[in-house]
Amino acid sequence: MMAFVLRRLAGAVPTLLLLATLTFFLLRLAPGGPFDGERAWPPEIMANIQARYGLDRPLPVQFGQWLADLARGDLRESFQYIGRPVSEIIGESLPVSLGLGIWALLFSIVIGIPLGCLAAWKRNTWLDHSAMFIAIAGVSLPSYLVASVLILVFALWLGWVPPALWEEPSSAILPVLTLGSRPMAIIARLTRASMLDSLNADYIRTAYGKGLAASRVIFKHALKNSIIPVITVLGPLAANLVTGSFLVEVVFQIPGMGKHFVQAVLNRDYPLVMGVTLAYGVILILSNLLVDLVYAWADPRIRLES
Amino acid sequence: MEAFRRLSRNRLALVSLAVIALISALAVFAPWVTRYSYDAQDIAQRLQPPSWDHWMGTDTLGRDLYSRIVYGARMSLAVGLSTALFALLLGTATGAIAGFFGGWIDRILMRVVDIFYIFPSLLLAILLMLLLGRGFLGILLGIGMTAWVTQARLVRAQVLQARELSYVEAAKALGVSDLAVIVRHILPNIWGPIVVSLTVQIPANIMTESFLSFIGLGLQPPFSSWGTLASEGFRAMKSFPHLIVFPGGVLFVTMLAFNYLGDGVRDLLDPRSQANV
Repeated sequence: MMAFVLRRLAGAVPTLLLLATLTFFLLRLAPGGPFDGERAWPPEIMANIQARYGLDRPLPVQFGQWLADLARGDLRESFQYIGRPVSEIIGESLPVSLGLGIWALLFSIVIGIPLGCLAAWKRNTWLDHSAMFIAIAGVSLPSYLVASVLILVFALWLGWVPPALWEEPSSAILPVLTLGSRPMAIIARLTRASMLDSLNADYIRTAYGKGLAASRVIFKHALKNSIIPVITVLGPLAANLVTGSFLVEVVFQIPGMGKHFVQAVLNRDYPLVMGVTLAYGVILILSNLLVDLVYAWADPRIRLES
Repeated sequence: MEAFRRLSRNRLALVSLAVIALISALAVFAPWVTRYSYDAQDIAQRLQPPSWDHWMGTDTLGRDLYSRIVYGARMSLAVGLSTALFALLLGTATGAIAGFFGGWIDRILMRVVDIFYIFPSLLLAILLMLLLGRGFLGILLGIGMTAWVTQARLVRAQVLQARELSYVEAAKALGVSDLAVIVRHILPNIWGPIVVSLTVQIPANIMTESFLSFIGLGLQPPFSSWGTLASEGFRAMKSFPHLIVFPGGVLFVTMLAFNYLGDGVRDLLDPRSQANV
């Protein structure tokens, strides 16, 4: 297993390099620059600023220098937060985004799996239909609408939780619910489908034949065998959470990486965009690796191969 | 029981199809089904709640919200459809070539696919739009280039399976050219999953566009989509909830219809895998 992990990590390096290359050139070929302000600078000053940040050299040279700095572990300083290293900004915002994502994933698993089981168990009853309506609504509602409804009801009308910002623990409730609603819906639908397959199996009939209670058969015997497809979607779901966190962070004004990325792109803060993109790439690669490991652990028939 | 379930499910799919057809018709015939232009400002009538004259109310510049939603449907649906078709063409071509020829062609193409796969999709879309500008071309490539990867993987897997089957072998033995084997023999046999994925792509892309517009990185005025409207509404939702309720509601109903329709199509074309995600 160790060899598998190492091989996967080694394979991640070229992928990250490609990701960085693509981002660098897309970003730099786009019109506009970091120092295009409201008023035009005199050309001499502009040239000085460009030279100060090395922006006057040819793009491939600049990319080479950025890579050389990266190899030394230096992500450079942000343009918009003058003097602040990108690594420091990421170090502050990454835990926020990661926390948000992990809580949302936990929420989606803890609610989604039982919801799916319940729907399969009470198949074709009103319970099933309402559970599946929740699930299909969850994938049909864009997260900013989920956020709007939640903010309107729980923050503005009832006043139970703050409508935005990231200050007290209760600030996290609405963003986590918003971010988790879509994966929760996907997990619920998948669990139900997979569960319905399992429920037709012989060992389920045996379990019922032994006189076990239905809840025990469902949540113990059937669930164990239905969980594999759910694990396989966790990888794509993690990617989904990364993308989703963008919007949630912007909507709720949460100081995570997604909000920084949007700001940095708008301000052409090149070092920050590069740093955040790399950080996202690393998160995605690691979460896919983790999912593969969990997958192999849950189903011993699967052999780890790269 | 099973037959009844499928029937009722298909009835839902039929209703969904009707809803999508209705919204598409409104979008196509927008000038004939609206009383106001989408950008006609009437400051005296600004921020009106729904009334007889403006039955979805008016926005901050006094523009008729219903007209803006109908014209927004044009943009949202056009983006959803064109990006899905773009992804379909590029993804199917890539996947089919990679799967059919295998070897180094497969390795190179799949490497490219992997890069796009690891690229967080919204990130890539934003960067591409930055490069190409926030017009229709930007949004087409921005969303299309993130969506084609799934399609390529799907088609490749299907072609890999089909390649080993005897009808392909027979066609090859008869001297049919590679291109003709792919286009005339293999693709018609795997169109089911491709169509199913199209029904997933369209709503997903409409959603992505609305995300981009919502965070202010989508289409620029004078273009406006449901995402633009919802984003305007979001800022004023405390005092003027109608500004988010109507565009959001229409978007939700459309997404719901696409998802129910997608489920129905999947059951119809692939009875083995019912109700997958």
